[in-house]
Amino acid sequence: MRPSEGAAKKLGGHRVAMSADLMLLPRRYPVFVLLIVLLLAASLITPAVLSPENIITAIRQYAVIGIMALGVTFVVIGGRVDVSIGSLLSVLVVVIISLHDKVGAILAVCAGVSIAAVVGTINGFLVAYLRLNSLIVTLGMLTALQGVANVASAGILNRVMDPEASWFKVFGRSFFLGVPVSVWIFGGFALLCALALGKTNFGRSLRAVGGNETGSVFSSINARWTIFITFLIASLLTAMAAIVFASYAMAAPYNSGTGLEMTVLASIFLGGTSIGGGVGGIGRTVIGVIVLAFLANGMILVGMPIQAQWLVSCIIIIAAVLLDTFARRGTLLA
Amino acid sequence: MSAGAAESMEPGRQSTATRGAARRTFRGTLGFFGQSPAWPLLILLVAFFTLTSPHFLTWFNVSNLLTQAVIIGMLAVGLTPVFISGAVDLSVGSVAGFAACLLVTVQPHIGLYPACLAALLAGLSIGLFNGLVVEIFGLNSIIVTLAMMLGVRSLTFLLFGSKTISPTDYALSDLVGLKLGLFTFDVVVFIAVSLVVAAMLRSTVHGINTYAIGGNRRAAQDAGVRVSRHIVLNFAICGTLAALVGVTLVAQLGAAAPVFGQGYELLAIIAVVLGGTKLAGGSGTVVGTVAAAGALTVLQNGVNLLNVDVRYVTIIVGVVLVLTLTLDRLLSRGPGSSE
Repeated sequence: MRPSEGAAKKLGGHRVAMSADLMLLPRRYPVFVLLIVLLLAASLITPAVLSPENIITAIRQYAVIGIMALGVTFVVIGGRVDVSIGSLLSVLVVVIISLHDKVGAILAVCAGVSIAAVVGTINGFLVAYLRLNSLIVTLGMLTALQGVANVASAGILNRVMDPEASWFKVFGRSFFLGVPVSVWIFGGFALLCALALGKTNFGRSLRAVGGNETGSVFSSINARWTIFITFLIASLLTAMAAIVFASYAMAAPYNSGTGLEMTVLASIFLGGTSIGGGVGGIGRTVIGVIVLAFLANGMILVGMPIQAQWLVSCIIIIAAVLLDTFARRGTLLA
Repeated sequence: MSAGAAESMEPGRQSTATRGAARRTFRGTLGFFGQSPAWPLLILLVAFFTLTSPHFLTWFNVSNLLTQAVIIGMLAVGLTPVFISGAVDLSVGSVAGFAACLLVTVQPHIGLYPACLAALLAGLSIGLFNGLVVEIFGLNSIIVTLAMMLGVRSLTFLLFGSKTISPTDYALSDLVGLKLGLFTFDVVVFIAVSLVVAAMLRSTVHGINTYAIGGNRRAAQDAGVRVSRHIVLNFAICGTLAALVGVTLVAQLGAAAPVFGQGYELLAIIAVVLGGTKLAGGSGTVVGTVAAAGALTVLQNGVNLLNVDVRYVTIIVGVVLVLTLTLDRLLSRGPGSSE
């Protein structure tokens, strides 16, 4: 528990704590404030930014990244990192799309999920049980999977012949109550993940392992199993993201996920989940994803070239991390 | 971890377990090479490709191999001190691209060698900036340099356009074309740079403090080491060498494009870690890094010579990396120890 929360509780009563928490919002979630400032600035330049259609479009474009980021958040809270998810997405999209017309959507999706489970198991085993460094293991996996995606695509752009005829389009192309199904999926999984992290033994163990691994082992937490599971979650949620991507695109470029791992990590760090492990949360990642989504969307709306967008992303990431550190430490300098 | 690490650091110590003894013999023979899984890998790969391809161990191909190894090797050598001090620099690929484009763009105006100097200074400044941001604000280096990777690449496109540009003076390419036996000029520069960085790490106060900081930052600080200065210096060296890679790319290819160096940071990190440097900091050698860069180059080159489809090469590189690290862990420290 943070000292500020403790102070709020000491003032007595739930209501005081609530209002104090509201006052503390900028301190606890500085990136949230950044989001509001950015939105206001963008809407001054182009009023279209804040229209409901655009808000939905912006989040829809980042649903795939958001779903992946949810899974990787577990890995990062455990004090590890998974950079193989981008290439894994490429492989899964190629597999799902190229199998779709041959064996049907259900079997194609099953094949994709199985591959994701295998990759997650390998990553998890190497990191949790063989104690290899996660950045390097998943970097190796990234390299290998990039090749696998290239080989599996057989050098052609696989596509589904008749996208509209397949029920598979539901994940990426349909709407429910006016909101894209992909955004519902992102929201649903965000809720599930938040519950898993906040309300289950697994979630509490994970925070303990990420915060102090040796300490957690002495508290008879199965640290290895906990870390192993985080990699499985990251891979399986990447499979979900791949399903959404494949259903939206109905085609499979072999490099559809190249570089996405960096965007995913950026959104997690932006939310304030700390790379050292133990600190962070699903809500934070969701905010990070939404900030990046609006940033990308706003920059496109004002007609900024893509290379200039990278520069803005660079500045925003450093600014957000600075803000977050400042909020936590109370001072800007180390 | 301490027990396992201590064991592998002192190959002479007695142990009752036979398996442990076998492990240490394996280590002991290789102790000279600086605790790196890269040497056995390099030797294995060279032996394998010599046996399978008649074109591998030829004068021409070895010379070619050395030239190919320079790019990733130099990036990795620059990264090694940064890693040893416990930090990471992901921006090196972008810095190489920036330096290459800067060199070619300013060369017609200020001449070739001043342009080279400008490129190196640009790399130095970016490295300094990385180090200062990390140290002054106490931020995580992965996040800062991840952002800088995007930022520097963006600046390269915005300042120099998105086209491939050629210098008007090809003296640099002629210089690289010079051959001293097997070695082209860029290989000689690479060897010299590696020796200097290795000597710096082994025998200077800065090098020894770098190991101390990576091993235990707090302890180093309490012992009176000026931690921040050393880390900033390592970032500056890393940035300068990344810029030198950009200059070498221009020399080798006779052109510069803003996409130069994209993805190289990942290969360089693979080389550093395969070379036995710990990501957590505190240990590692330049010799190991050079061997690992060599092993990666031999792997790519040999697989090409065997007429393997180029799309399989990345799969092989990834699998070999993970297998090597797994074997190294199983053979040297046993599965029980942490990193």
